[in-house]
Amino acid sequence: MVRVEFLGPIQKEALEIEASSLQDVAKALKSDAEVADWLDSCAVAVNDTMVADLNTPLKSGDKVSLLPPVCGG
Amino acid sequence: MVELYDGGLDIPEITARWYQEEAKSNYGAYIPFIGTIREEDGISGLSFDIYEPILNSWFEAWVKKAEAKGAVVKMAHSRGDVFLHESSYVAAIFSRKRRVALEMIDEFVEDFKASAPIWKYDLKEGQRLYAADRSTAINGAGILGDKK
Repeated sequence: MVRVEFLGPIQKEALEIEASSLQDVAKALKSDAEVADWLDSCAVAVNDTMVADLNTPLKSGDKVSLLPPVCGG
Repeated sequence: MVELYDGGLDIPEITARWYQEEAKSNYGAYIPFIGTIREEDGISGLSFDIYEPILNSWFEAWVKKAEAKGAVVKMAHSRGDVFLHESSYVAAIFSRKRRVALEMIDEFVEDFKASAPIWKYDLKEGQRLYAADRSTAINGAGILGDKK
């Protein structure tokens, strides 16, 4: 199982899903009405490292974080 | 490590401490940038969420980048609520000569705005409202969506 966490303003509890790559995570989240609208604007980290490739492989225990648009300062 | 504090920053304490920390380091320039909450659109303040693991790795990359130019970077930020005319952000560059620090503080603050995993909310009429219109998608965002 992979843990998917939603950061900042996305008001959603973390999910545990079966996924062998970010492709699988994308597929699962697109069918989730609470989060689907955020996907086009969110950056993604795997185990706290930013990733840019949807083919990034995942293994059980990995943490996927969704980072919506930011504004510090 | 980034210094994080609950609520508004004690800017005189932080900037004086940083000054003392580098007082004998032979830097000719110390350039701080301080961000203060302005009165605007009827807000009573701002509020911040921070994701510390990625904030710290982003900052450590900047520490190395600064080192490569013989400079030092320091930063402090608030989490939670910060009210009008308090400060939520201070960053500073120390360098041997002014030009490196002047250019780096500009580049650092712009990259901070675009990349640091911090989310801002307006405090208005008892609500905490995500500042979506002032927020920037992080470079590379959207891989899970349909646009890419």
